Parts: sequence; C-alpha cells; structure tokens
Amino acid sequence: MFDLGSRPDASGHFGEYGGKYVSETLMAALDDLNKAWQKLRKDPEFLNEFDNDLNFYVGRPSPLYHAKRLSEKIGGAQILLKREDLNHTGAHKINNTVGQALLARYLGKNRVIAETGAGQHGVASATVAARLGMQCVVYMGEVDIHRQAINVYRMRLLGAQVRSVTSGSATLKDALNEAMRDWVSNVDSTYYIIGTVAGPHPYPQLVRDFNSVIGREARRQVQTQFGRLPDALVACVGGGSNAIGLFHPFVDDTEVPMYGVEAAGRGLESGQHAAPLTTGRVGVLHGNKSYLMDDDNGQILHTHSVSAGLDYPGVGPEHSWLKDSGRAEYVAIDDKEALDAFHLLTRTEGILPALESSHAVAYACKLAASMPADKLVLVNLSGRGDKDVHTVAELEGIQL
Amino acid sequence: MSQQYRLKSCFQMLAEQQRTALIPFITAGDPLADASVDIMHALVDAGADVIELGIPFSDPMADGPVIQLASERAIERGVSLHTVLQDVHNFRQNNQKTPVILMGYLNPLYRMGFAQFAQSAAAAGVDGVLIVDSPPEESVVLESLLAEAGISMIRLVAPTTTAERMRLIAAEATGFIYYVALKGITGAGSGANSDAESGQRINTMRKLTGLPVAAGFGIKDAESAADWAQLADAVVIGSALVTRLAECKSSEQACETVKSFLAPIRIAMDNVT
Repeated sequence: MFDLGSRPDASGHFGEYGGKYVSETLMAALDDLNKAWQKLRKDPEFLNEFDNDLNFYVGRPSPLYHAKRLSEKIGGAQILLKREDLNHTGAHKINNTVGQALLARYLGKNRVIAETGAGQHGVASATVAARLGMQCVVYMGEVDIHRQAINVYRMRLLGAQVRSVTSGSATLKDALNEAMRDWVSNVDSTYYIIGTVAGPHPYPQLVRDFNSVIGREARRQVQTQFGRLPDALVACVGGGSNAIGLFHPFVDDTEVPMYGVEAAGRGLESGQHAAPLTTGRVGVLHGNKSYLMDDDNGQILHTHSVSAGLDYPGVGPEHSWLKDSGRAEYVAIDDKEALDAFHLLTRTEGILPALESSHAVAYACKLAASMPADKLVLVNLSGRGDKDVHTVAELEGIQL
Repeated sequence: MSQQYRLKSCFQMLAEQQRTALIPFITAGDPLADASVDIMHALVDAGADVIELGIPFSDPMADGPVIQLASERAIERGVSLHTVLQDVHNFRQNNQKTPVILMGYLNPLYRMGFAQFAQSAAAAGVDGVLIVDSPPEESVVLESLLAEAGISMIRLVAPTTTAERMRLIAAEATGFIYYVALKGITGAGSGANSDAESGQRINTMRKLTGLPVAAGFGIKDAESAADWAQLADAVVIGSALVTRLAECKSSEQACETVKSFLAPIRIAMDNVT
C-alpha cells in the first residue's frame, strides 16, 4: 500500500536532508521506532487495521469537490478541493495520529505526547488517545493557546492535559522543544506523536506514509471524475505534512507541477513571515537538516503568520529535497491574501477553510486565473476554519 | 602546546593524584556579557580541572529551564559563537593549562561553517567540542575537521545507549566520554543517583576506549558529586551553578559565588578518592 521508494535512504536522509540530529538519550528509542516502522509499513495486518480506521473512524475517502462557483468567479482553470476538512476532527492531522496511535500501541506505550500549533494536531492526538484509553499530554505555545482557545478546550474535553509553553517565541517551535524534553525524560513509557513531516528519522517518513492517503485518493478520484491527472497541485506548507501527503503519490507524475505555499505573513520583505523554503537556508533544527530561518549566528528566528499552523521556522526535509530537485516549487502568500481567500471560499462555496488552507486556496486562485478553463488545479483543503472564527473576527475588529 | 595534549595531560595528572576531575559548566555571557573570562579564572581557582562553556542557542532541546533561560538572556545580550570563541581566546592569555570544552547545538556551528569553526576554535585554544544534537552518525564531516585541528569531539553515552551503540561511539571517541547520568534534560529536579547499571556502563566505556569517563546531568551539590565521583573519572555540574550565577549583578559577585559554591563540592569529591 505504501510507496516503497528509495527515499529516505536507510539512514533517514533525503539527499543531504533529514537524518537524526538528536541527543544520545533518544537514539535507542528512534532505532526501535524505525525498526518497528520498517516492518509494519509492509505488514498487511497493520495496514488493514489502519485502512479500517481511516474508513470507519476518520470517514474516508474524503471527497474531491469541483468548486464550480469559485472557478467561475476566478475565470480560469477549474479548482478542485480535496476535502480533508471533512475528516473527523476537521483536518488532515487525524490521518497521522490514527496511524501513530496504532504504532504506539504496537510498541506497548500507554502515554502519548504531542506538540501543536493551531491545535489541530493536538486535538487529533487527544482524540486517538481517548479512543485507545491512553494518557495524553499536549504541549502548546502560550501565544497559540490564546489564539486557539476553542481547540484548547476541545483537547481538555477529550481528557488531554494541555501544557503551556512560555519559552522562546511561545509558539509551535517551542512546543516542539518542550515535547522533545518530555520524551527524553520519559522515553521508556512514552510515545511521541510528532504532527508533521519534520523531526528526526523515521518521523518524516512515517508521517508522510500515513498522510499519503490524501494523494492516493486524490489521484484516483481525479482520474475517475475527470478522466485524467490534474494540471497542478497546491497545498500549504508549515512543517509540510498535508502537502507531502498530497504530493508524494504524484512525485513520479512529472507532468503534474506541484506548488507548496508558505506563509508570507506581513510580507517577505518585512522579515515577519514563516517561509523557510522561499527565503531561508539550510541548517539543523528539531532533529533534522532542512531549510530553516535563522540569523547569521545560527539562532532560530521568531516567525509570524496569521495562521498558527504555518507559524514555524523549519520545514520537513523531504520538501527541501523536492525544492532542490526542482520537482516542487515553493511560493508564499501573505496574511491579507489568505484572509481574502478565506472570505472568498466561504461566500462562493459555503466552505469555511482553515487559515492554513486559505493560503493554498489563495495561491490556487492566482494560478487558476492564469490558466485556461479546461485545466484542473487540485488544492488540498487541509482543514476547516471553525477554529479560526475568533481570529478572523478579532482581526476585523468584530467583537463576538 | 597542542590541544589534545592539554586534555590528556590533565587527566593523566589527575589519575596519578587519584583525584576525580571537577568540570563546572557555565553558559557563556550569563549573568553578564563580559564576565565569562573572569568567571572561568574563578572556576579554576575554586578547583575546576576542566571548564565546560555553553554556547547559547535559541532552541536548546536537551536543556532544562535553567540553561534555557540563561541561553535566552545571553542571546539578548548579543552573545554568539563568535563572542564565545573570543572569550576562550581571552582566557588563554592567562591560562594555558586548563582544558576548555564548548558545549552546544549544531546550527550555530553549521552557520559559521564547520571548517571555519574548527580553525577558529583551535586558534582560540578550545580543547574539545560537545554537540548535543550531533550523534556519530551525523558527525563525519565535523569530526574529521575537528580532528585535523587537534580538537576532540566529546561523545555522549546515555542510560538508554545499547551495547551495539556503545561500540560505535567508542570507535570514534577522543578526549573523554560524557556519561548522561539520567534519562532527561539538564538540571532535572529530582537529581541523579548513581546506580550499579551506570557503574557498569561507565566501566564498559572506559574499557572500550581507554578514555576517562565524566558523569553529568542532574548532579547538583557536594553529596551527589561525591556519589558520582565513586564511579566516574570526572563530574560535571551545570544547572545548579548557572542558577546561582544568574542572581549575580557583577563580575566580582559572580566570582565569589563560584568560590563559595564549588569549595564544598571539591572537598567532598576529594574525600571520596
């Protein structure tokens, strides 16, 4: 079921990217995890159980929806939405947490931890922990706790403990640091559910494997519904899990261009953004080598995006590889463009997108406008926007 | 005097005297940007055999809150890898004998460029480098450049390290081995107790490498230092010292703090061996 291609290599590298840049205390746990995963990703029984959970718990397959009114309004190519927002818990994140929870159970761990930015991965982790009766601790930056209050309460309802992280910029990167510290301290009892395709090997691979159901379905659906492959793929990129999930099954379809959309925040020239692939350079952060945003002394920069889920200075190593190889192109959409797309999709299609996904929608609209009406632009609508209603209202000066 | 010689002769002398090395850790640039060199000399005066100097990093994943906050403060003050190397250079003007180990994370070195780092560190008088997030598997290039420059890449061994990995680590090791005394982050509250299993691991690494083994992480006072001095060839004390230094308002106060904090630890360790 999973593409058993050659990337990453046996040591966890995508070209020069990826690897295992962690402290010695975690090396044995990563080796165990890697051994288990290399076996399970080919184990029919495990894959069958994962498939069943995707079908009956997550609610897959998610539809591929032809956004006709939006396409007409843009006046160019046809825009197709892969509706990950319709998944249980409202985003693609659940694909990965369902898979990793099965993996945690297989490894005999009864405590799971997770980091979260927008709160979607935290909710998805708390959800699977509740379902399997596991203890769950979610680390979340203080800034994000404020802007995603509803998701924080959802996690608590699900029985998870949400721990506020105040160090550094008090956002996703700091939550990841804190989760790593917890894991180092409780490595015997605890499974760390990383929410994106970053972190040390084998996480970039296994998170990709679990999310690549998005691209496999989309590839099948577009062929069934339109009789051919799309003319472009578009997905937003924070750490990059929804984008890799969509892109990976299309990597060998070299005639299909792939666009990853980063957060340009207040504008690339302002420095207040979260676009490491567009503006950054190679470095080492959170267990892997990849593009990142740092200063000339190698200190990681604070990032800004209106969407908490994209507010991250690093990116998964496979994206760095896709960028350098030219197979994918990375672009950036600023806060305002994303907000405009949020409103546009809501008003034309009755679909409220997550602010993260709104970045992808914004770029897809730009791209579609430059293409003829018989072309197909397939966008990953990675999550729904209910969680962002307060943020949008606040930005527009509306008191709820 | 070549760098590797400095570490070697330091541990040789200690072995002859049957003493355990005391290795205090301080974060460069904390509590004051320009007091680190004075504090280093004070550490030596208070009985330090080797100095571990922390390179501040914005995202110190293996460190507890004490060293995280010290790093954040130091970065605020403009401390960087460049200024850390300058500190070592200045320290060497008056001390040619005490080995200095830099401890930190990979990205600042990567940004400077490994070759330039190795060259600058050697010129400044650095003896060893301990990079928390650079295990042997990912360190081939850095390690060979450091070796050419005569600098040891200090290897970590953890309570979770398997026998197979211990052999891998031993094959590359120079200087000394750093045994992580607890499964956790630096300065963990409950502290670390020595146990039979740690003793075994320390012995195994000694046999595999012929190198001295230092214990660190969670060792915080005279009692725990004496406890680990029974097993290890060196004891590292970090967060407990950094906590006390954080409260100091002047270089003089910091040097006084170093003396009063390390004196009972030195005595307790010397009474063991």
